[in-house]
Amino acid sequence: MSRRRVVVTGLGATTPLGGDVATTWAALLAGKSGVRTLQDEWASTIPVTIAGRVAVEPADVMDRIEMRRLDRSEQFAMIASREAWKDAGSPEVDLERLGVVIASGIGGVTTLLDQYDVLKNKGARFVSPHTVPMLMPNGPAANVGLELKARAGVHTPVSACASGAEAIGYAMEMIRYNRADIIVAGGVEAAVHALPMAAFAAMKALSTRNDDPARASRPYDLDRDGFVLGEGGGIVVLEELEHAKARGAKIYAEIVGQGLTSDGYHIAAPDPDGSGVQRAIAFALKDADLTTRDIVHLNAHATSTPAGDVAEANALRAALGADADHVAVSATKSMTGHLLGGAGAIETVFIVKALQERLAPPTINIDNLDPAVTIDVVRDKPRALPAGDIAALNDSFGFGGHNVVLALRSY
Amino acid sequence: MSLTQEAVLAGIKEIVEEVAGIPAASIEMDKNFTDDLDVDSLSMVEVVVAAEERFGVKIPDDKVQDLVTVGDAVNFIVSAAK
Repeated sequence: MSRRRVVVTGLGATTPLGGDVATTWAALLAGKSGVRTLQDEWASTIPVTIAGRVAVEPADVMDRIEMRRLDRSEQFAMIASREAWKDAGSPEVDLERLGVVIASGIGGVTTLLDQYDVLKNKGARFVSPHTVPMLMPNGPAANVGLELKARAGVHTPVSACASGAEAIGYAMEMIRYNRADIIVAGGVEAAVHALPMAAFAAMKALSTRNDDPARASRPYDLDRDGFVLGEGGGIVVLEELEHAKARGAKIYAEIVGQGLTSDGYHIAAPDPDGSGVQRAIAFALKDADLTTRDIVHLNAHATSTPAGDVAEANALRAALGADADHVAVSATKSMTGHLLGGAGAIETVFIVKALQERLAPPTINIDNLDPAVTIDVVRDKPRALPAGDIAALNDSFGFGGHNVVLALRSY
Repeated sequence: MSLTQEAVLAGIKEIVEEVAGIPAASIEMDKNFTDDLDVDSLSMVEVVVAAEERFGVKIPDDKVQDLVTVGDAVNFIVSAAK
């Protein structure tokens, strides 16, 4: 029996660039930055005062009572999933064949910290009874699953900044293995809060370019000094091909493979020889029945850290060889900031749009390309992708040494 | 301190509206928290804690299950405050 094929039939997003996919994608192509100076009172107490807050606050699109029972990360998941489900045509489906796989890197960290403040300041009696459902990392997936009454399984893979990509890969496998016909999948993050930011800053992972927020996230630039935290999320609706065709769904692209490896090297630092990334790319290509010749676009992990960007670029060059010369590499975190557990998901949404519109989004803020970077980076303006059958890869890596590569192709 | 039934009902209306989003106008003494007002068990905990703070009374956990209607809660608070 031939393997069940999986296609993308819906997209949703809420990001620092826009409250939905259309506005986010337009801002991305225009090379806009979603990074701003934080207006929060606590910002002055930590070394980093910039981040990419979502462009549209959940309060503008969500009911007050619903909001107070959902962590911010769950709010993002609901908003992006509603858009994606509607985009897929709000299909009537067999609920026992409908799944949800939505990841988060950190879960409801702002709820946890806010309720700890309540505990300390007012006492245990005043801790909200909604705290646990709000802080659990599977909360975003669980709430979306509840709204859609999904019964094929609701899951949350957690692998730090690779979580969103891992969720989409997991969803693809669920459909391939005939556990489900249609899945709402993706990743979200809402960690713009003093503690996680102070903690990332303590690792020297964040850019401290506080005086120039829009230019702070600068993957591949010689003067990059760390990532910029973003928030929001991206959601895709994945569907078995025949199921999608039978209901006349709009098909954006096909997801054809994934490669997962682990470094076994360091809890946070990238393995400088990049062998884990290279193996993940090789596995994804093999799983997808593609070769390096087929790849025309790649959305890189490229977070704007001094070590990570070059380690990844070297690994890409090694894995793709001479074929890297025709791969248009985009580092969209230069505009969105780093959405952590949402990153791999929103970047998958970007790849789907890139394949559909034949346009690779730009990478901004490269004043001086690091000479150690020998891949073909799309700079400043979008670049047209070739006609015909084309394929693209999405790289995502997480603290812990997790490597996830997804392969998608035009449909 | 003694509280009137009217004052407590007005306070409960505000709390339930804040916690569960039920319009105050639809909250009456005979309404059932679960069946009529869609206040689930988690939200009921919020209502109880907010009512304790507002009226300066203690509502023991083993009494909460007896507070089926708004009137049950109002009457309990009025007598507890005496």
